[in-house]
Amino acid sequence: MSDPSAPRPLSFQAMILRLHQYWSEHGCAILQPYDMEMGAGTFHPATTLRALGPDAWNAAYVQPCRRPTDGRYGENPNRLQHYYQYQVILKPSPPNLQELYLGSLAAIGVDMRVHDIRFVEDDWESPTLGAWGLGWEVWCDGMEVTQFTYFQQMGGFDMKPVAGELTYGLERLAMYIQNVDNVYDLAFNDAGVSYGDVFLENERQMSTWNFEVADTDRLFDAFRKAAAECENCLAAKLPIAAYEQAIKASHTFNLLQARGVISVAERQAYIGRVRDLAKAACAAQMEKNGWAA
Amino acid sequence: MTDFLLELRSEEIPARMQAKAREDLARLFAGELAKAGLSASETVTYATPRRLALILRGLPDATQAVSEEVKGPKASAPPQALEGFLRKTGLTREQLVERDGVLFAVTERPGRATPEVLAEAIPVVIRAFPWPKSMRWGAASASTESLRWVRPLQGIVALFGEAVVPVEIAGIASGATTAGHRFHHPDAVTIRSAADYVETLRDAHVIVDQDERAAIIATGAAMVTAKAGLTLVRDEGLLAENAGLTEWPMPLLGRFDPDYLSVPPEVIQLTARVNQKYFVCRDADGKLANAFVCTANIDADDGGAKIVEGNRKVLAARLSDARFFYDTDLKVPLEEQAKKLDRIVFHEKLGTVADKVERVAKLAEWLTSEGVVPGCDPALARRAAELCKADLVTGMVGEFPELQGLMGGYYAAAQGEDPAVANAIRDHYRPVGQGDEVPTDPVTVAVSLADKLDSLQQFFAIGQAPTGSKDPFALRRSALGVIRLITENRVRYSVPADLLDFFADRLKVQQREAGVRHDLIDAVFALGGEDDLVRLLARVHALQAFVGTDDGANLLAGYKRAANILKKEGVTTDVTPAKAGVSGEGAGQEPREAPASAGATYDREPAEAALVAALDAAEPAAADAVAREDFAGAMAALATLRAPIDAFFEAVTVNDADPAKRAARLALLLRVRDAVHGVADFSRIEG
Repeated sequence: MSDPSAPRPLSFQAMILRLHQYWSEHGCAILQPYDMEMGAGTFHPATTLRALGPDAWNAAYVQPCRRPTDGRYGENPNRLQHYYQYQVILKPSPPNLQELYLGSLAAIGVDMRVHDIRFVEDDWESPTLGAWGLGWEVWCDGMEVTQFTYFQQMGGFDMKPVAGELTYGLERLAMYIQNVDNVYDLAFNDAGVSYGDVFLENERQMSTWNFEVADTDRLFDAFRKAAAECENCLAAKLPIAAYEQAIKASHTFNLLQARGVISVAERQAYIGRVRDLAKAACAAQMEKNGWAA
Repeated sequence: MTDFLLELRSEEIPARMQAKAREDLARLFAGELAKAGLSASETVTYATPRRLALILRGLPDATQAVSEEVKGPKASAPPQALEGFLRKTGLTREQLVERDGVLFAVTERPGRATPEVLAEAIPVVIRAFPWPKSMRWGAASASTESLRWVRPLQGIVALFGEAVVPVEIAGIASGATTAGHRFHHPDAVTIRSAADYVETLRDAHVIVDQDERAAIIATGAAMVTAKAGLTLVRDEGLLAENAGLTEWPMPLLGRFDPDYLSVPPEVIQLTARVNQKYFVCRDADGKLANAFVCTANIDADDGGAKIVEGNRKVLAARLSDARFFYDTDLKVPLEEQAKKLDRIVFHEKLGTVADKVERVAKLAEWLTSEGVVPGCDPALARRAAELCKADLVTGMVGEFPELQGLMGGYYAAAQGEDPAVANAIRDHYRPVGQGDEVPTDPVTVAVSLADKLDSLQQFFAIGQAPTGSKDPFALRRSALGVIRLITENRVRYSVPADLLDFFADRLKVQQREAGVRHDLIDAVFALGGEDDLVRLLARVHALQAFVGTDDGANLLAGYKRAANILKKEGVTTDVTPAKAGVSGEGAGQEPREAPASAGATYDREPAEAALVAALDAAEPAAADAVAREDFAGAMAALATLRAPIDAFFEAVTVNDADPAKRAARLALLLRVRDAVHGVADFSRIEG
């Protein structure tokens, strides 16, 4: 990237704007992040709940993801406990989904004559959502930049029709496009703000809280309360509200994991509990809309 | 004769599924064509990430006309029979053919054009294709009945000679056009015929032959490494995988920061191979070099410089993570790590991993102090067992669970443990699979045995034995591991009674591979009381050798005859395990109390007397041999019974009118049976 005539690579925010522009032009509703803590963009109700049922649905959005156990106190150049995914969901999956996806890479400046783009088998499964799909992790020069999935089931229900899901790891893509080795060195914008300026202190404090400070009794309590509130919503036939509580339980479980207070055996039981909540919310959503399983 | 080409183009097919898919395609097609009486003179299959292809050479242009004949009633049969036959065949009496007084319905089926047969076969094969995992996609997937394929199916090329075989499946119509390389040749490619397929696609930057791609990678990778003064670590699995990930493979050599070589080579190799599908290299001294070979799927405009740079960064990030874990782990002694095991639940009913470790340590210590595993310092066995699970809480194993054991071994060596302890920690999970090496170092054998036996006993005790296909705690694998550890190291160990049936089943499965008959294993286990697998197998091996001889086969025949008579006469007294003397201690058995066998109240016939004499000699000889675990000797003793038994059946009537004679002779047969059962339960032997 030392060639002075080469165009300046996209900043982090410019890349997001470019993706928004691209998917907007391809008919997606451009949504905003969901205002809850979640482990992946798939948890956003615009994916999970909208994947259910027969209605066509095309949407794209950025979702902040919280992975407490991935925190490294800001010391690892590649790992973060908070990062961004760019999520696209297209239902039914269009026949040219791969081409559309490659078009989006070109739109953010990936030259496919000098880079090696590969679709490598990676079957996606979310035990906490009762969901699975087939697809690939997309590699760019050996780096996984996108998870590409054809959902087959969500909340335990067969997809009718199948949705295609694209999940871009935004920081990785940006590091790649900007040719930087440390995530904190990313240009966040073109006005001198770096990713580190925005997030380094956040990573330090949140890693400390996730790993060392978070009160585990209160977290266990929060988990129980979220589960109970989910049941309450289910009883009131409010699937979206129930689903929000399932998300809350899921994130609380992730925090407990980071605190190292969940044993291997208990882990399965907790995942099972969250899965039951999420599945019940999905089932309620199906029922409320009168969709056959 | 004409060639047929079929190409099923899809989105990227997982590399690991391609070889089986080629086989399935050939097999399913051969099956469909055989139904029409067609077969190809040569079948070739190809797979790339984006296509599965089949070429059938030398097909006739049409199938043979066939004349089918159905046999009907006799010409003289009553009218109802004839009417029935006419109704069934839809023919009239005049259309039937009479031959030798029998009526036949003859149907002439004309030959069919081969393309017509192919057009029918293609959808059948596609719909029946046994992908290990398949999916639905697109608008059609609103129905769960929509076509399933490994990934979305994009196109079908079907050419018989130069003519398109017209088919349509799930909205995809066959044609003569396909796609070239995704980036080098994005335009459509028209295939003229099967003969041009490979070369036409080569011009479109696609090497369709997977073997050719593998060869390109192997040669190319060897070349780039040699140029750098290194040698490639060959890895056939990785070669096939990379061939399955590329249509235009370009092996490229990259370097990583030599500082990372402080991380154990297994870790570097694992992360390079599993996570990145890179080959690794060795330097002139045979040490792992700071280099890797990645296989790109493109002949990049810049010669691959950016690709190598990108891959280097990815590997560096992975190695940086690995080194972080390694360095952090090294700072904590294993006994400190082991303390954290009390926070990990092994199983809700079986306590924590720390509890398990304590049980394993006790058992390992016992196995060595009792000499079950000889030549081993019990203190070392205990120490190794106490530390063997400590690496489960290390960062490295948290990241790469498959490195459990191995990392513990490294950390143990680094903190100055006895090499035997470090090795035992490293290898105590072994053998993990059929092909895996069995540990031989006594400390390792003790810990490995103790670990597996503990899992088996504990899970069985809480009623978690495997059932059917359910084996969530991999107990079958544990049992197999125990069997191999015991038999290959000749460990004399009494398998706990509650596990014996389970071990018997596992042993049969395992020994089948070695060509040992499962019925012979049954024949020995049926005696009961045998819990020493080494002795059991020695007996089984001797038995297998024996039943393969004339003596053995004939003795078996004589035994079965005796057993049948006893069964028919309702003499069901069974041998008791103690009498059978299998456990060694029972060898000096007391003579069985058989009705009126001692002093006969009548004059024995010569053959009868000869059998009694033979038994008098063979019984103690066999028992002695069994006691000495000389099973070939025991078989030899039994072999002496063969001729007398044959002669007895030749000359003597068991079912004599005189009840005394009958009873004595039945008792004699019972004695024969019991003598044989002293070695094995021959009734379990097949044939």
